[in-house]
Amino acid sequence: MGKAWKFGHDIDTDVIIPARYLNRFEPEHLAAHCMEDADATFAANVKPGDMMIGGKNFGCGSSREHAPLAIKAAGVKAVIAESYARIFYRNALNIGMPILECPEAVKGIESGDEIEVDLQNSTIQNVSKGTSFQATPFPPFMQELIKAGGLVPYVKEKRKNA
Amino acid sequence: MGMTISEKILAAHAGVDKVVPGEIINAKLDIVLSNDVTAPVAIKEFEKLGIEKVFDRKKIALVPDHFTPNKDIASAEQCKTVREFARKHEIKHYWDTGRVGIEHCLLPEQGVVLPGDLIIGADSHTCTYGALGAFATGVGSTDCAAGMATGEAWFRVPETLKFVFHGTKFQPYVGGKDLILYIIGKIGVDGARYKAMEFTGNGIKALSMDNRLTMCNMAIEAGGKAGIIEPDEITLEYVKARAKRDYKVYQSDPDAIYEKVYEFDTEDIPLQIAFPHLPENTKSVDEARGIKIDQVVIGSCTNGRLEDLEITAKILKGKKIHPNIRCLIFPGTQDILLEAMNRGWIQTMIEAGAAVSTPTCGPCLGGHMGILAKGERSLSTTNRNFVGRMGHPESEVYLCNPAVAAASAICGQIVHPREVVDNG
Repeated sequence: MGKAWKFGHDIDTDVIIPARYLNRFEPEHLAAHCMEDADATFAANVKPGDMMIGGKNFGCGSSREHAPLAIKAAGVKAVIAESYARIFYRNALNIGMPILECPEAVKGIESGDEIEVDLQNSTIQNVSKGTSFQATPFPPFMQELIKAGGLVPYVKEKRKNA
Repeated sequence: MGMTISEKILAAHAGVDKVVPGEIINAKLDIVLSNDVTAPVAIKEFEKLGIEKVFDRKKIALVPDHFTPNKDIASAEQCKTVREFARKHEIKHYWDTGRVGIEHCLLPEQGVVLPGDLIIGADSHTCTYGALGAFATGVGSTDCAAGMATGEAWFRVPETLKFVFHGTKFQPYVGGKDLILYIIGKIGVDGARYKAMEFTGNGIKALSMDNRLTMCNMAIEAGGKAGIIEPDEITLEYVKARAKRDYKVYQSDPDAIYEKVYEFDTEDIPLQIAFPHLPENTKSVDEARGIKIDQVVIGSCTNGRLEDLEITAKILKGKKIHPNIRCLIFPGTQDILLEAMNRGWIQTMIEAGAAVSTPTCGPCLGGHMGILAKGERSLSTTNRNFVGRMGHPESEVYLCNPAVAAASAICGQIVHPREVVDNG
């Protein structure tokens, strides 16, 4: 269970991790500046297991994988959004950062609510409000990727079996 | 039932006769691209795979352009990682400071990317190469690492949105930048999310390669997976001088299926300004008239090509940059810079009071060379105006084409170029 941090629509990769910090890529460096331009208190106060909630088109903009890496390194257990930008969606899966798509859940969650997610079944529970939601399940290929633990272990496995 | 150009390229690279939107395919790559920000992460992931060699040293491009010439020790370390990897693997398409340019200007110019190619790049503006009739899309570092290792990537075949521009007459100074900003203003920053954007019609055929590259560059700003234009005589003319390997021209079938068709008349489209903080907040330049600015940036992978510098020099010729304005000009590549010098344009710019830089992505992404302070405002020919994009989170970026940028630099506020040219 974790606390919800809710943000708006079109949360872009420059807000998730500003480019001025991209001269380094250590996860702890990225985590220290995560969401800095949207909420300067986020990095210092986010706790392991917390959830990030976004509106539509979450992660739009740059291809920088530093964005999901920063969120993951900050300890965020999962991102729940109405919809995702394409490259962010792909990057998050590739690095094993759980993301869920569920507009109803986003509407039913406020900042500070206690949230529980079941990643296996793509279900979201708002413990504070006593409500639950079913997120869009991943297509079979994505499930395979997630099962392997991301793209690198997936490719490693494929090469081994080839 | 026919296929779109995007579907044909994906099918050919997946080794199948036909693909349909929604299908997930594995396809062979012609070029895998990365830069000094994304390559270090990709190299780390590549090394985790425990593979000795890249799939093909001639099909990888490494372009250190974001924080170069290195702005600090940390970026120098990142570039060193890329340089050492390039040397170790004898990467063919690697350039360093003094030879390097902004990746999306450099790769088409050097003939590295060609019609019919399937390209992934660890940079969101990789979609630029669609202007050559290639299917090119941005990915992250892990995808890039897997691409460098295997020469393949997985794709979900996108639906295609068709944007038809009727007419060959444009309003004065209107170019590719205005057409794409106009589209983004109509459909929004997620209006083409996951889709291929195909630009077509007489209006597109009338555009130069530089203008087409600008249009496809910004497909990502509508969320597009790719922007693409069928090759024609203009494309082939551009490619002929540059290609050092075979390429294939694909065209959409007349009965190809599109998810949606948008139609515009080129004459209806005025010069565009995208207001902070999203590229979709577009208005006509007349609606933006009088907005005071502190900095003007002309260049980037969006508008740092020869024609962009030509119109800039034409407008600045014999004039002075407004005393309250810092005007920064970033040519896209060393070749573009040299040609602009030879034609006297750089001298014109410097005489007008502009600062001319070596090619770098620097200011576009708030990296270096032109960072904004709190409360400052930049008018820029770059591609994004997100919060904090060019510096302080309380600064602002307005987007426009180079003619508007140059004219506004002279006036110290956003103006239509006619105000400078006609009254000059």
